[in-house]
Amino acid sequence: MAFSAAGSPKTTARGRLVFETSFRIVCTAAVLFGFVVLCFLAQQLIKDGWGSLSFKFLESPPSSNYPERAGIYPALMGTIWLMGLILILTVPLGIGSAIYLEEFAPRNGFTRIIQLNITNLAGVPSIVYGLLGVAAFGFAAEATGSQDLRKSLLAGAVTMSLMILPLVITASQEALKAVPRYHREGSLALGATRWEMISRIVIPSAIPGMMTGIILGLSRAIGEAAPLITLGAVTYLTFSPRGPLDLYSVLPIQIFDWAQRPEQIFQREKSAAAIIVLMGVLLLFNAAAIFLRSAARKRLH
Amino acid sequence: MSYRRSRARREWIARALTFACALVSIATTAGIVVVLVTESYHFFAKVGFGRFFGETTWSPLTEPRHYGIWPLAAGTAMIAIGAGLIAIPTGLLAAVFLSEYASERVRNAVKPVLELLAGIPTIVYGFFAVAYVTPILQRVIPSLPIYNALSGAIVVGIMIFPMVASLTEDSLRAVPKVQRESGIALGATKNEVIRKVVLTSARSGIISAFILAISRAVGETMAVTLAAGNRPQLTWNPANEIQTMSAYIVMVAKGDVPHGSLEYYTVFAVGLALFAITLVMNLLAARLVRRRSYGV
Repeated sequence: MAFSAAGSPKTTARGRLVFETSFRIVCTAAVLFGFVVLCFLAQQLIKDGWGSLSFKFLESPPSSNYPERAGIYPALMGTIWLMGLILILTVPLGIGSAIYLEEFAPRNGFTRIIQLNITNLAGVPSIVYGLLGVAAFGFAAEATGSQDLRKSLLAGAVTMSLMILPLVITASQEALKAVPRYHREGSLALGATRWEMISRIVIPSAIPGMMTGIILGLSRAIGEAAPLITLGAVTYLTFSPRGPLDLYSVLPIQIFDWAQRPEQIFQREKSAAAIIVLMGVLLLFNAAAIFLRSAARKRLH
Repeated sequence: MSYRRSRARREWIARALTFACALVSIATTAGIVVVLVTESYHFFAKVGFGRFFGETTWSPLTEPRHYGIWPLAAGTAMIAIGAGLIAIPTGLLAAVFLSEYASERVRNAVKPVLELLAGIPTIVYGFFAVAYVTPILQRVIPSLPIYNALSGAIVVGIMIFPMVASLTEDSLRAVPKVQRESGIALGATKNEVIRKVVLTSARSGIISAFILAISRAVGETMAVTLAAGNRPQLTWNPANEIQTMSAYIVMVAKGDVPHGSLEYYTVFAVGLALFAITLVMNLLAARLVRRRSYGV
């Protein structure tokens, strides 16, 4: 291959050296771009939101009449409820699908279709899942006669679970793939059936990896608002849910509501404080995922 | 029942249950397609494809009613193109840095930062746009409205930057070392090897990463709903307030339109268009990745 274009400054020895150095600097600058944005965002959020953060903020309802007293209690509770329900739905479904695909599925066309389908589902915009939920739960509401079903925690949890399932399944499949072959063969050689091998040998060593996938899925769901707003989740709620059929709000929806208000105290300060809480939970999730990932590596080697 | 029979039975139950779990994802896709097509059918039966693709105004909620998708499509395109202009060059260069220049230690320090950036909820990017980006832009362009496409495109660009960087890095790292060494041995400088050997070799993987990131920008909802506004207009000026396809869906859903009304069905028609666009982009990206092969 020829590396020359006659007459260009890039062809002289000095020109090539200068270009090399500047190219390197530009590449480094591109990475720094990410750092700068992150630092700027963090610094601004703390500047605007820190003053509103207190235990009172966590345990008060979002009052409109007394902006300075407004808190995130119902949204925080809604988020915790939603995460709990999503967990109950996605753990069996996600791990079950991954086990089928990795351990039981025959290598045929139908399995390939399932796999390709999961990859494609991961790229479907979140709002489209919201539309699926609107139609499905709208239909269910007509059938059962309960009009608020579409706006219930249950509807939100099911819709969000479908949205994060592809992520959870793929991550769990990776975890199952990482279990060494000789563990499986050893178990089968001792007379275990396929399911005994899976349940006693493969799953226990894949658990940390699968948990990492579930945490990643949850951290996607915890920040997502679009499907829930499409379903009709309430943007302004002063009480917190007591059961899966109750109305609810979540942190991202509360932030969305506040960030659109004209008052500076809501638009800037209260939103920033709620974002700090949301990001705090996310960081905890991420830390747990990183910890589990290293635990998974240790267990397998 | 004998012990052997019960073991065989448990085996069968496990297989059946996990298979049922795997079917959920097939049912999800089928559900999405059926819902979008049947609900849009009610829309197209009344309005027709001609007005949907032929009119240049989108005002389905107010008189005079117009049903032309183009203002929403242009809004979405402007956000996606603007975001791409920011995220593609920076993401590509960042990927080159991570894969070609950074030491293992630097890489291990930078990767978590990118993951963190990628994990920030989109609503936070929306807040970022309204609270910080727009005020800064207004200092440069005083006539800029609070809600504008420019600010939305900038934050969506920042949002998809980590995705471009990490997907591109994956395809750069998949290029065999031998190819780089051959280039160096022929007397090329490092950046010549990168530009003419590595980037060329990883071409289809890189383009696939770009397409996936743009597809993500097309489907992005909360950041653009907050930042770019809710006024559908056919414009290519990024300083205008616009509405994207996803933002329209959110706006109508918030307004509690009655189930079964024409307004209700417009949401599904827009959703179907959005789904079709992102699906085509994702399939194209998947096809490009499958074709890549690194023969030495």
